Amino acid sequence: MQPARKRKIRLVVALSAAVLLACALVVTSLGASREVVTPSELATAQAGVAYQLTGKVQEGSLRSSGSGVDFLVRDRDGTKAVPVAYTGAIPDAFREGREVIITVRKQADTFVGERDSLITKCPSKFTEDATQRS
Amino acid sequence: MATVGRALLILALAVAAYGIFASIYGARSGRTQWIVSGRRAVYAIAALVTGAFAILEVAFLRSDFTFATVAAHSSTTTPAFYRAAAAWSSQEGSLLLWLWLLSLWASLVLFLTRRTLRRVAPYATAVLLGLAAFFAGLLVFLETPFGLSPIVPLEGNGLNPLLRHPSMMIHPPMLYSGYTLFAIPFAFAIGALITRQVGAADWIRSTRRFALGAWFFLGIGILLGARWSYAELGWGGYWAWDPVENASLLPWLTGTAFLHSIMLQEKRGMLRIWNVSLVLATGILAVLGTFLVRSGILDSIHAFGASTLGVPFVILIGLLVASSIGLVVWRREALRSENKLDSPLSREAVFLANNLVLVAMAFVVFWGTFWPLIAEAFTGTRRALGPPWFDRYTVPLAIVLVLLSGIGPVIAWRRATAANARRNFVVPGLVALGAGALLAVSGAADKPLALAMFVCGAFVVASVGQEFWRGVGVRRAMTGEGPLGALVSLVARNRRRYGGYLVHVGMALLFVGVAASTAFDAARDIRMAPGQTTRVAGYDFTYVKPTSKISTTTDGELEKISFGAIVDVHRDGRKITTLRPERGYFPSRDIEGLGAIGRFFEGEATSEVGLKAGMRRDLWTAMTPDIRALLPAIRQGDRVFEAAAGKLTPQTQARALGAALTGLVNRYSADPPPATFRVIASPLVSWIWLGAIVVFIGALIAMWPGGDAARRRVTAGYAARVSKDLARDDLARV
Repeated sequence: MQPARKRKIRLVVALSAAVLLACALVVTSLGASREVVTPSELATAQAGVAYQLTGKVQEGSLRSSGSGVDFLVRDRDGTKAVPVAYTGAIPDAFREGREVIITVRKQADTFVGERDSLITKCPSKFTEDATQRS
Repeated sequence: MATVGRALLILALAVAAYGIFASIYGARSGRTQWIVSGRRAVYAIAALVTGAFAILEVAFLRSDFTFATVAAHSSTTTPAFYRAAAAWSSQEGSLLLWLWLLSLWASLVLFLTRRTLRRVAPYATAVLLGLAAFFAGLLVFLETPFGLSPIVPLEGNGLNPLLRHPSMMIHPPMLYSGYTLFAIPFAFAIGALITRQVGAADWIRSTRRFALGAWFFLGIGILLGARWSYAELGWGGYWAWDPVENASLLPWLTGTAFLHSIMLQEKRGMLRIWNVSLVLATGILAVLGTFLVRSGILDSIHAFGASTLGVPFVILIGLLVASSIGLVVWRREALRSENKLDSPLSREAVFLANNLVLVAMAFVVFWGTFWPLIAEAFTGTRRALGPPWFDRYTVPLAIVLVLLSGIGPVIAWRRATAANARRNFVVPGLVALGAGALLAVSGAADKPLALAMFVCGAFVVASVGQEFWRGVGVRRAMTGEGPLGALVSLVARNRRRYGGYLVHVGMALLFVGVAASTAFDAARDIRMAPGQTTRVAGYDFTYVKPTSKISTTTDGELEKISFGAIVDVHRDGRKITTLRPERGYFPSRDIEGLGAIGRFFEGEATSEVGLKAGMRRDLWTAMTPDIRALLPAIRQGDRVFEAAAGKLTPQTQARALGAALTGLVNRYSADPPPATFRVIASPLVSWIWLGAIVVFIGALIAMWPGGDAARRRVTAGYAARVSKDLARDDLARV
């Protein structure tokens, strides 16, 4: 076989493999990923569907419940808040007023946090105006 | 001094601009004095930025709150070590650290190559100066570390308690050393492409040690972050596939790939396009890593809440990507390989496979990290991927990678023969299969992916062990040295090779630790009162009694109040250890609106993990006390102090406050409420840290300067001996 033709075939095979991998990644990514939402965007949430919620823990809303915690998450720059019930690891930096990311599913009127999905943004990396204000 | 610091940065920016012009003009016109002047511009920038960094450090050490960044990130009560390190806990301080490290490394490489690489170096200088100018520009125009406090406060905010950990202080400089060192091969690759010198191996040889250094420092930075997360944070994990973690992993993966593939270019003149693309991609990914941390573009545990740096970084990265692709396409003819792959069963093919796996891993991590932006661009909604998605792809790839790291060191160059396979793979193969069978009957068969990793890990240790065994045997036969002496001189005479082998063993140990600790860990969150017991993985964790204490700084200031627990661990009735987890409450920096006592519980809280580490299993626990029972007493105390405001002398107030806090702490110990515990029994976690230490020892051996001539001699001698052995094998077969 001509070297040029050989190179072309190799290129086509490599590109096909890359396209196949990219398709597999797109399909699995779409299936496995969760919509990133703010509390106000959860108004239209479907029951049982997982969402990645980002917002701030509302001041005065944090309560202990058994081995977990209940709190309200509100919009970063707004007032709309949703109730969240969570059980699992609680980051050291978690507290009222802090920005959190948590995976939730709607159950009746509340949003149940997925176990160990709660993360609190590292406070060292916060700029004053964006985070210390609550 | 702030004005002087700012002036030094403006001067550094101006010198960088001049240096870019001087280097390019010198290279184009052939006037050496301009090239030398461009190089000296780099030295000058190093001196200027060292001065600026020193001014900032002195301000932190002296708690000079006229500097806004010192007031925001340090305090007089922050211990001196952490005050020095607090400089890079801020956005502007860490950018200055980036620029400082870049200027130092760039100066070092340009000094070392001042008499070589005469055509490539001026363009590399211009690229390095371009990067320096970018960061100096950010520091001058957008994020100055020398901004002044509008009103000078008497006390600063202090360093976040979570970061008061030695590894957290070393972690950023290590990461940044890695990122900035990767800029060196990047810059020289650009220079080599422009000057059509890319086929030559001398620029690779000159920058290889810097690339290895980058890989080394970035690896240490990543591991320190993982260790801090495991030992300091209260969740018990060491890796979360967080975007910023991923950002540091990306250049490390592509850097690992090109450290292997440049060997093919050096030895066989192969894979030139691939190599130069990897070098360029690694340099760009290092800048991307900085961008991800600094821009807040992705939701991350690390990301800044707000930042003005997104647009400049996007422009820089766009420019780097476009020029890199353009240059590779432009010079594609000069990048043709001298040799082709002779056989899929050869060391070249294994190196290529290793590269493909590493790049595939990097691609998967890149894709998952940027998926929120990709999904938003195509579907209009942001979507995020969790750890299971990353695990689905990276775990099988990691297994293949470990397997290849066992095959690579022993398979023959060019074409492996049946004799070569028998000679090199029979013993490691049998060891791996034996280990696999033993582990399978011991219960590991339930987790096939973990079992596969254990088998591959055993194969790597056996194949590298066999290489050391043979090497020592050859040296003993040649020199008559003892076993230990032969081992030392074997490694000393071929540091790059045997250092590399040690890195492979370390990575195998590390991956075995990761596989075991993720597949076979047992965790439980439970609320317990003193006297209660919970069982995890056959271990009984008993909450024996509470602890409480007040810690003060050396100045006598109250540092934190800690509530903890004594937890005894038994197995089959036999006491294993006692764990002492704690939660420390640091007083709030915001004293306005908070009660005199309440403020001590309104600040940051950090976990001190109770950990019994072992080679077989780690027993880990963190606790969160329920301090609601103390709230009535805290509120009552606040009211008392409010009523007494202005009536007490400061000394009396301090004494009364101390007595009240002591009373609270004693009350907690005397009548402890239940506490929430996270209890984990996780096997082989220590292998991760042990493996990392082996990796870094191996990398240090490989990086150690000198020994090239000795290496060539010993390689020739060893090759002759191996050829003789092979010939004997062949004769025996005939």
